[in-house]
Amino acid sequence: MGNVRLIARLDIKGPNLIKGIHLEGLRVMGDPQQFAQRYYEAGADELLYIDIVASLYGRNNLTDIVRRTARDIFIPLTVGGGVRSADDVKTLLRAGADKVAINTAAVARPELIREVARRFGSQCMVLSIEAKEVRPGKWEAFTDNGRERTGLDAVEWAQRGVDLGVGEILVTSVDREGTRKGFDCKLIRAIAETVPVPVIASGGMGTCAHLVDVVQEGKADAVAMADALHYSRFTFADMRSAAREARIPVRQA
Amino acid sequence: MNTSITIVDYGVGNLLSVARAFEHCGAEVTISDSAETILNSDRLLLPGVGAFADGMAGLAERGLIDPLRAFAESDRPFMGICLGMQLMFEVSEEFGEHRGLSIIPGRIQAVPTLGLDGMPHKIPHIGWNQLVRPDSEPSWNGTILEGVAEQEAFYFVHSYAAVPLHSEHRLADTLYDGQVISAVIRHGSVYGCQFHPEKSGHAGLRVIENFCALALHEPKLLEQSV
Repeated sequence: MGNVRLIARLDIKGPNLIKGIHLEGLRVMGDPQQFAQRYYEAGADELLYIDIVASLYGRNNLTDIVRRTARDIFIPLTVGGGVRSADDVKTLLRAGADKVAINTAAVARPELIREVARRFGSQCMVLSIEAKEVRPGKWEAFTDNGRERTGLDAVEWAQRGVDLGVGEILVTSVDREGTRKGFDCKLIRAIAETVPVPVIASGGMGTCAHLVDVVQEGKADAVAMADALHYSRFTFADMRSAAREARIPVRQA
Repeated sequence: MNTSITIVDYGVGNLLSVARAFEHCGAEVTISDSAETILNSDRLLLPGVGAFADGMAGLAERGLIDPLRAFAESDRPFMGICLGMQLMFEVSEEFGEHRGLSIIPGRIQAVPTLGLDGMPHKIPHIGWNQLVRPDSEPSWNGTILEGVAEQEAFYFVHSYAAVPLHSEHRLADTLYDGQVISAVIRHGSVYGCQFHPEKSGHAGLRVIENFCALALHEPKLLEQSV
């Protein structure tokens, strides 16, 4: 296994960084750029911006924020929310994004995955899956921040995505998102053991021990965390030392 | 010091980030797809992400294959990043066999799908990985890796990797579950990075600064003295 990546996730609504619970019940945190800069300096391995209302309005508003971020922050940036076409992807990549995360539009038209992968490379096509446990050991993919059912089994959808050219999969547990109760390790493992591409675990990180759990039990290749960072409950240095103690490789930052 | 650099625009990838990283390091950046501009540059950067065949097609469409080869011959600092580095080789096996720029002898091959322990690992190879100095390489002094600590990590994202014909062209390697992958290539004043220095935080910016500080018309004698 390579170094496990620690990814700062910033959910964005309009111009603001926000934080929700179960992807709803939003609270404004402030200017995303300031948080992004802080996480870059503190040793984040990557940044992930998700426009959480974009798909409702059918557009992505992140281009300006992405452009500002790309000016001074020199780590990979993934951008998602409201990406509907290969042209949307092009706009975001030209603004300075390295990868795009697509959920709703890929569910509506899976061929979009193939188009993006062919035109820009698999390395920038991240499939975003919002999953809810519908019965024990079975997860359904949702869209629109966990509001809309898709009827797709999350694990099967992940595999289908890989067949279409996805280079990485972001798996957000709607059940755990914002709860600080830890990741849904069974969900993450079910997908990570099925697909050959890296899996990013998201939703539920409350303590550094949760990071260790989702890597050891969930087989996650990367871990995204949001409010734990926004509220400074722990730092990247805390996470790195917890990981090293558990013999999980992380980069020295 | 006003270092100027030309970034080759051949229709692939995120040029903004790489341009910004060079500007951050004090360079004056020109983005161009003109053969004339490229041939008259002090320093040249060939960026790029995506598929090898698309990259070569992008260069061919713009009539840039011969100018890039000529620039490489001229002994001026020339760096390829990721796909840009891979294009410098002779042949790639990505989706069939494709001819490259043939500036550096060797091939582009798939990253091994198994670790040295025989266990499957994730492809693409994505993430921050440490550099190791090959036994054939006595020192990084005077190269783009000057001052970089071994074990310092850089950001990789790729499914194919360079396999240089001559081991002396390997300036740094990285290990992916024990499999040796070329991380930095050097052939005279031509360099290639498999990782993305513009996405590797402070360590990456140091590589860019070093590239900008390479002497123009670097004397070939230097190679023997380091």
